[in-house]
Amino acid sequence: MPDLSIVYFAWVREAIGTDGETIERPAEDATVADLVAALAARGGGYAQAFGDMSRLRAALDQRFVAMNCVIGDARELALFPPVTGG
Amino acid sequence: MSRVSIQTGDFDVGAELAALEALGGGGVASFTGVVRGEGGLIALELEQYPAMTRGQVERIVEQAMARWPLIGVRVIHRHGRLEPGARIVFVGTASRHRTAALESCAFLIDWLKSHAPFWKKEHFAEGSPRWVDAKAEDEAKADSWRD
Repeated sequence: MPDLSIVYFAWVREAIGTDGETIERPAEDATVADLVAALAARGGGYAQAFGDMSRLRAALDQRFVAMNCVIGDARELALFPPVTGG
Repeated sequence: MSRVSIQTGDFDVGAELAALEALGGGGVASFTGVVRGEGGLIALELEQYPAMTRGQVERIVEQAMARWPLIGVRVIHRHGRLEPGARIVFVGTASRHRTAALESCAFLIDWLKSHAPFWKKEHFAEGSPRWVDAKAEDEAKADSWRD
């Protein structure tokens, strides 16, 4: 299965210092929360951005999902703060 | 008829309303969001998730059209840097029934606020820029439309 592409927005993007990256696809049963915890463990800006999961929202292949959603064969994961449009 | 535009440029509210009126339903409701210049704010920067925004807004429009008897929906959402007084968002609905036009318009703007992938950053004359926090009341307002 191809790698997983991750995109970041707003202060998540700023804390990490990049708008996206491609990572090795996590285990088949890994959830968004599992991946976020692994990213937070990288430390630095990642720890800052992903330390508090309650401040984050996620989308898989451009659809909002809950943090306990399994990543499965999705191609793109997006991580961002709660939206503030309108 | 439904049309969604995600754009950096301004839009003509009068022309949009006239287009909805021309559909002949007899009732048109609209909401226009404008940047407030409070607290020394000099600009609002709107970031979006380009691959997702249009599809997500179209899904919200589909929900409105399934729920109310509408003959026209127009949504325009700007992104990029916007100064006080600039229009940010327009929602217009047309129907043969005023309740449908008014309620669906309120539903659309409430859902855009909490379900469309936009993020606002405030820039001030003095001090560092600040990302706007999502308001619990906005989430609650959107949830109040659930059946």
